[in-house]
Amino acid sequence: MTASLFDSTGAAAPRGCTLLEALTLILICQLAGEVTVRAAGLPVPGPVLGMLLLLAWLWLRGGISERLGQTADSLLGNLSLLFVPAGVGVMVHWARVQEQWVAIAAALLFGTLITLAVTALTMMGVQRLLAWRRGTGHD
Amino acid sequence: MTNAPLAAIWVYLAASPLLWLTATLICYLAALKVYRLGGESPLLNPVAIAVALLIGLLKLTGTPYPTYFDGAQFVHFLLGPATVALAIPLYRQRERLHSLALPILIALLVGVVTAAGSAVGIGILCGADAVTLISLAPKSTTTPVAMGISEKLGGLPSLTAVLVVSTGIVGAVFGPGLLRLLHCHDDAVKGFAMGLSAHGIGTARAFQMSPVMGAFSGLAMALSAFATAIILPPLLRLIGLAG
Repeated sequence: MTASLFDSTGAAAPRGCTLLEALTLILICQLAGEVTVRAAGLPVPGPVLGMLLLLAWLWLRGGISERLGQTADSLLGNLSLLFVPAGVGVMVHWARVQEQWVAIAAALLFGTLITLAVTALTMMGVQRLLAWRRGTGHD
Repeated sequence: MTNAPLAAIWVYLAASPLLWLTATLICYLAALKVYRLGGESPLLNPVAIAVALLIGLLKLTGTPYPTYFDGAQFVHFLLGPATVALAIPLYRQRERLHSLALPILIALLVGVVTAAGSAVGIGILCGADAVTLISLAPKSTTTPVAMGISEKLGGLPSLTAVLVVSTGIVGAVFGPGLLRLLHCHDDAVKGFAMGLSAHGIGTARAFQMSPVMGAFSGLAMALSAFATAIILPPLLRLIGLAG
């Protein structure tokens, strides 16, 4: 069934993809991203470009193999863990944080909440505006 | 007498990445256990608890951060592949993505400017110095981008990393409640707002709530990494913060 799906898009089916192949594909995309960013002097980080490269690859292939999906899900399922080493770095900046803790705490707390609210309200507002325009257009 | 072999063991452990890599995983698993025992209350954020446990351990053993990071860098490294892997949940949402293109684009631009503007504005009001302000400005974007921007403009990249993680924790802890207060019930909007304001940690929280929320959070994180890298440097120069 999946074979016919891939055949209909004209792409080779990544059926027997192993865990090792899935990881290698992810690392190749990251590597290509890092090299491109450096070669072209782009201001974005390599992994972000790598993500777009993988997205383009999936689009061209016309599907995600089961194993690649599983590999991504297990990486993303433990995403919080990956931030722990950087977080422990707070001990290096203890003096500065202590000295300016009011400004830092206020900017972190209120800045983040304001950003969250403004982003959500903007997206909802634009969606409503588009729905309203579509509604009046049909009338 | 019995101290001699113990000291030899410690010399081995202190020089090998094994100890702090294992300690990072144990502390994170312990933090997860606390989080689950506490009824998954967002106040018991696993990242915050794990960081507190590890700092306690490092202080207790008199271990400097660079020694710790020699071991923990293997975990830190996986941030790159995890970022690349965000393409998969995004691909699964491709149809919704297409229909939401315009709201996403506008919310992205407004959100990125708000993130930097609110952080710097509040920082100035509360008397933070220029180095702290520059380190704060990219706090809502993902760690590698934020550190790169901070370094380029004269901030402290390692302080930025800490502020980025703290921002993520604030977003993960208070975000879902705030979105409920705003009567926001669309998983796509909720996810996008979480990812834009609280990057990967917000995305991790969003994935716990629903796969759609996680996918849109990942999308927001990726788009804001691009937008912030392009918009933030000229924006900070405009207000005279960076040379």
